[in-house]
Amino acid sequence: MTDVIPLARLMQGNEAIAEGALDAGARFFAGYPITPSTEIAEILAKKLPIVGGKFIQMEDEMASMAAVIGASLAGLKALTATSGPGFSLKQENLGFAAIAEVPCVVVNVQRCGPSTGIPTATAQGDVMQARWGTHGDHPVIALCPSSVQESYSLTIRAFNLSEKYRTPVILLTEEIVSHLRERVNLPQPGEIPVINRKKPPAGLKKYYPYRAGEDGVPPMANFCEGYRYHVTGLVHNENGVPTTNPELAQQLLNRLNNKIMDHLDDIVTYDSHLTEDAEIIVIAYGAVARSAKRAVRDARSEGIKAGLFRPVTIWPFPYREVAALSQQARAIIVPEMNMGQIKGEVECAARNSTKVVGLNRFGGEIITPGEILGVIKSI
Amino acid sequence: MAQTSEVLLSGSGGQGLIMVGQILADAVIRDGKNTVQTQSYGPEARGGACKAEVIISDNEIDYPKVIKPDILLAMSQEAINKYAGDLSPDGVLIVDSTYIKDVPDTTAKVFAMPYSLIAKESLGKEMVANIIALGALAALTSVVTKESLQSALMSRIPRGTEDLNQKALELGWEAAQQAAA
Repeated sequence: MTDVIPLARLMQGNEAIAEGALDAGARFFAGYPITPSTEIAEILAKKLPIVGGKFIQMEDEMASMAAVIGASLAGLKALTATSGPGFSLKQENLGFAAIAEVPCVVVNVQRCGPSTGIPTATAQGDVMQARWGTHGDHPVIALCPSSVQESYSLTIRAFNLSEKYRTPVILLTEEIVSHLRERVNLPQPGEIPVINRKKPPAGLKKYYPYRAGEDGVPPMANFCEGYRYHVTGLVHNENGVPTTNPELAQQLLNRLNNKIMDHLDDIVTYDSHLTEDAEIIVIAYGAVARSAKRAVRDARSEGIKAGLFRPVTIWPFPYREVAALSQQARAIIVPEMNMGQIKGEVECAARNSTKVVGLNRFGGEIITPGEILGVIKSI
Repeated sequence: MAQTSEVLLSGSGGQGLIMVGQILADAVIRDGKNTVQTQSYGPEARGGACKAEVIISDNEIDYPKVIKPDILLAMSQEAINKYAGDLSPDGVLIVDSTYIKDVPDTTAKVFAMPYSLIAKESLGKEMVANIIALGALAALTSVVTKESLQSALMSRIPRGTEDLNQKALELGWEAAQQAAA
């Protein structure tokens, strides 16, 4: 343990996100600061110019998202950070990024909602909005950190996935994780791999901006690097030109969604703690997973075979893994700081093969280990 | 055996309690231990109830909030009324008697000193009452070493305030040693 101490430092979740973005190679931030995400903008406003990047405070959230898309098309890794009210406003352009296949990262530090809710209070109320907030059948990747260390590493992973699959990635965190300070060990430069978008080979006679190979991801030419092409939110052909051809529309939407769904093994990650022989399984994500871990340990010390399954990738949801757990468990408990948004997905995966019990708090405070232990013992 | 200490720092917005939490947590890391620091506060910059929480452990810390504080620093009457009952029975209660006139019945060890008054009278600035209280807390509880606390303090205060803060920390440390003797 002593060999890591020199690198250990006290860091806040939002600070870790800013550091992770810089280490992932992000060189552009556009945003409209909002509690509890503001520190990300503050830190990047200071640090981006030092590394040759750009920070812009835009006139609103919609414009911020648009600027992020433009910066990414021009070749910069770009992000924005917001909370519920701003996340709502970004939805339209988030859909644009999905259909135009523009890599970018949107950080949503969740706070108590709906609307302006309680700005300084924690919540997990935007899980479904992250999945279905923008209209139409679109692909989504969303990651939920539980710690400051993970806020750092998942920010890098968010950029990597967005670059690899040319899709917006949402870092779906919470006030409590973003504002807590804890010990982190930042890796040495190069220790965490950084992925950059695949580019078309130079000197092509004709570049088809939306023609994909087997992986479903078209090589992306940055603006001003030799290829001219059209980018639109309309359904388009391989040239990027709008089309109303139903067959082409179907093909495009299939490819957009399949480039994610065909690579679940690469995209979906999770943590299991004492699940092997568990009869009662708690499924929790974000900060609540920390309470759940304590509850599971306390249950074990009382002789109850409990375990914790923590989705790190919340979208796409790990249906396969939850389906397998539902075969083994007597009951699955889903504590979350909303009215049961992931409980519905767990039920969908479990298909009635076990009892699924929700534990919900949505008044702005984290669920305690004692509350979860109480439900474990009541089963 | 590995030990975990839960510290609750409470008072009003503007008294610098979140700052105290950050310095304490930073110092704990310099000591090579694990820590988690959280806070809750209202939208106001000043006034309103405010608390910072620090958990100190040799082990991994899962649940990030304080459940049963071993150490409670109270800097307002409202704060002590609200949190004194949560204290662990053999805990330590550190009270700013400038603003707290009524200490609820408790089995915890109580150390009452007028930190805000000391800050105003000895250093001419009430705003360092938090650092005096932090010095006292560290001396009374030994949750951090003085060296780590000093280096954490120096790394987290505005430039130009080093002397003032250093004096405040010493003042708290000495006052606590006298009180505990």
